[in-house]
Amino acid sequence: MSKSPRGLSKSEISITINGHAVSVRAYAMERLLDVLRNELGLTGTKEGCGEGECGSCSVLMDGMLVNSCLIPVLQAKNTHIVTIEGLASDGRLRALQQAFLECGGAQCGICTPGMILAASYLLNKQPQATHDEINEGLSGNLCRCTGYAQIVEAVMQAARPGASE
Amino acid sequence: MNRDRIVGTSVPRFEGREKVTGQARYVDDMTLPGMLHGATVRSRIPRGKIKNISFAPGINWNEFVIVSAKDIPGKNCIALIEEDQPCLADGIVNHPEEPILLLAHPDRHLLPRAVEAVSIEYEPLPAIFTMEESETLRQVIWRSDNIFKSYLVEKGDVDSVWEKADYIVEGEYTTGAQEQLYIENNGMIAGFDPKKGITVWGSLQCPYYVHKALMRLCGLPADQVRVVQMETGGAFGGKEEYPSMIAGHAALLAIKSGRPVKIVYDRVEDMTATTKRHPSRTRHRTAVSRGGQILGGEIEFTIDGGAYATLSSVVLSRGTIHAGGPYYWPSVRIRAKAVATNVPPHGAFRGFGAPQSLFALERHMDRIAQIVGVSPVEIRRRNFLRPGQTTTTEQTVNEPIDLDELLDHALELSDYHKKKDTLAIENQRGGNKRGIGIAAFLHGAGFTGSGERYLGSVVGVEACAEGGVRVLVSSAEFGQGTKTVLCQMAAEALGLRYEDVEIAQPDTQEVPNSGPTVASRTVMIVGKLVQSAALGIKQTLEAASMLGDSYSPEEFRVACRTYVAKHGKLSSLAHYEQPDDIVWDEQKYRGSAYAAFSWAVYVATVTVDMNTYDVSVDDFVALQEVGKVLHPVLARGQIIGGVAQGIGFALHEKVIWENGRMVNGQMTNYIIPTSADLPPIRVYFEELGNIHGAYGAKGIGELPMDGPAPAIVNAVGDALGVSFDSIPLFPEGIFDAMQNKAESENRIPSKRGRE
Repeated sequence: MSKSPRGLSKSEISITINGHAVSVRAYAMERLLDVLRNELGLTGTKEGCGEGECGSCSVLMDGMLVNSCLIPVLQAKNTHIVTIEGLASDGRLRALQQAFLECGGAQCGICTPGMILAASYLLNKQPQATHDEINEGLSGNLCRCTGYAQIVEAVMQAARPGASE
Repeated sequence: MNRDRIVGTSVPRFEGREKVTGQARYVDDMTLPGMLHGATVRSRIPRGKIKNISFAPGINWNEFVIVSAKDIPGKNCIALIEEDQPCLADGIVNHPEEPILLLAHPDRHLLPRAVEAVSIEYEPLPAIFTMEESETLRQVIWRSDNIFKSYLVEKGDVDSVWEKADYIVEGEYTTGAQEQLYIENNGMIAGFDPKKGITVWGSLQCPYYVHKALMRLCGLPADQVRVVQMETGGAFGGKEEYPSMIAGHAALLAIKSGRPVKIVYDRVEDMTATTKRHPSRTRHRTAVSRGGQILGGEIEFTIDGGAYATLSSVVLSRGTIHAGGPYYWPSVRIRAKAVATNVPPHGAFRGFGAPQSLFALERHMDRIAQIVGVSPVEIRRRNFLRPGQTTTTEQTVNEPIDLDELLDHALELSDYHKKKDTLAIENQRGGNKRGIGIAAFLHGAGFTGSGERYLGSVVGVEACAEGGVRVLVSSAEFGQGTKTVLCQMAAEALGLRYEDVEIAQPDTQEVPNSGPTVASRTVMIVGKLVQSAALGIKQTLEAASMLGDSYSPEEFRVACRTYVAKHGKLSSLAHYEQPDDIVWDEQKYRGSAYAAFSWAVYVATVTVDMNTYDVSVDDFVALQEVGKVLHPVLARGQIIGGVAQGIGFALHEKVIWENGRMVNGQMTNYIIPTSADLPPIRVYFEELGNIHGAYGAKGIGELPMDGPAPAIVNAVGDALGVSFDSIPLFPEGIFDAMQNKAESENRIPSKRGRE
């Protein structure tokens, strides 16, 4: 491996990813996004803008919604990260994922992983979120295909009592 | 039509599961062994000669693969309509961000610094940046006249109408560049094998466009070039032509290095270097009777093509044909041209010229209404096209469309008349102003005129060894639902379940050329061919006595299995044949421009904040006739998404140019609507069907881009009593107009006066 352009050497960083403890060798200032995608093969997390505007790279870090393109991996040390790959257990789709499928919440799909994580964060905080609260809560995640309405409908559907987790 | 079992229902999106679980594979998710990363060194100036290229010390250049124009094995061009655009600039640059040199290295972190360390010495040449500079030939930058293409449409005797006119209404309308802003940046991976040739995997709309461009660039025969579409994260026209450029770059680096090469743009590079919607200027001069009837008119439609021809001629064509909108023009003369400037080439973007000329027309209809003294509703009603009448290209409307009824329905859904009255009263009170505006429009489905005949699309359907069938098309999925609806159509045709149908990933080695995924052509043209090819499978099975008159899906599967086991293969191809009633004269630009049109009336209600002049859309009604709605959830998604882009086009999205370069190429400063910015977008369909599309389908994808901007700008005019003719409409523009309001209030429209 060649020298880091940032002039530092790699170090060992422990993170819990989707419930599994892992240890990665990475530069301290490497973006969490790149470590997830390139070192750990978790390519479900997408890069849209690289500057925290579009939310495509959203993941949960210790339960908080973060843009993984803005998180130096050292900051993620000893945290618990959840990516889109951590949501569907045993291939069974979570209520949110199922609702995105049924309501037309995913078109091209590139914003979808980040959007689903943002929605999941929102519903954890506000299980009874209203239409307007969902619009507000997802406004940090850009989608160019849907015009958002069917995404919001999917989140409403997943929030309904009886929607299985 | 009610007998359809699958068409018309909202089956699960074909690739939906992969998308909601993060398993869908986009190009940047793919890595090949030994793969290098590529980057592009681009022009920093708009126009000039390249005098010298040097490589700064401090970088181990031996580790880099470097490709310049002299490494190109075939012709240095991106073959499309013309062959004027080089793949790599050779001696001269014609726009900022033009590719000059390519670098590749195993560590992508090292590339940005290396790109910076290449210094290029230029001898600058004078550049031109506006349509006006191009028209006056201040500099000749493309062939002899700066004109990529021009069209003349003439119907009736327009020169004789002016003296009969009670009013002559003139107006000039402009629209700005718009970035597609798909959330997945452009990207390609190329691999080269001296025996098998080039393979590219990428984010793209048109596999066979890339295929054609690579054959020319690499000097390889068709069977030595393979193009595979990866899952594509949005396109909107923005991945119609530029992917050929990136595929070419990756291929050149792969050929030189002998290793696979990935090029994935970052957001700034994608926004500044790749295509955008053509800026436009439309001038109308219309002869109108006292009763508000259009007698005839002259329309001058001009678009800025940027530095190379790319798709400008066809964008211009669609804009030209849509310039007359859904109205009857007894006579008309349309002069259209696409001109060259030293900016990166503009290209395909949803609507493809129509949103530009329809913005102008629908603004102009409100201007005519104002001058004649009738309502915006009445002026449209008095001029709507009716079945049996002819369009500007003298195509007889033979669809049973009733635009009066469509308009009435839209007015009812938006509570137009009541709102119009209450808003007028409320606006007297001071405070924020509200207004309501309408736009009526149409969008032609499929390639223009003889375009589909030239394309000659081919579609395949094959029986699978395990039963069921597989659809083979080059039509790409990039969010619209191509895969889902084509599978629905095949299942419907064969009496199968949706689950019995598969569709291949577009790969030029596996699928025939069903044409590019553009022009609202997929469901109508390709869908019809899928239906025919599917029926071919059934006929073969029937002829082999493996299938009776009525059968269950399981019996069909058994028949497929049996046939394939016995004969090894069962496939069926369908070739496009132009219907007899489609006759087009390319020379006179006259005839059946499109096999079918979709029709719409949109109504927008807006509020203008009188402290900030910020415009917000409060309510949006989108009513359209699109033939049979094949999949209600997907169709509604197409309309809402298109309206959202239209709202951005009208109010938010502004490309800021400096010396031909976009300087706000980031999501931070080029603003698209978020979920908090959009009104409720209420979508309604009428379904008249269409004889040219399978199950009555027409195009739908581009239509919703055409109407929002004029409806919104008309609504702002209604709110403020000042009209606006240029988009994007920013608060600054409203501020300027309000400053002049006193003057404009004193201006009394006069007969024959220029407004």
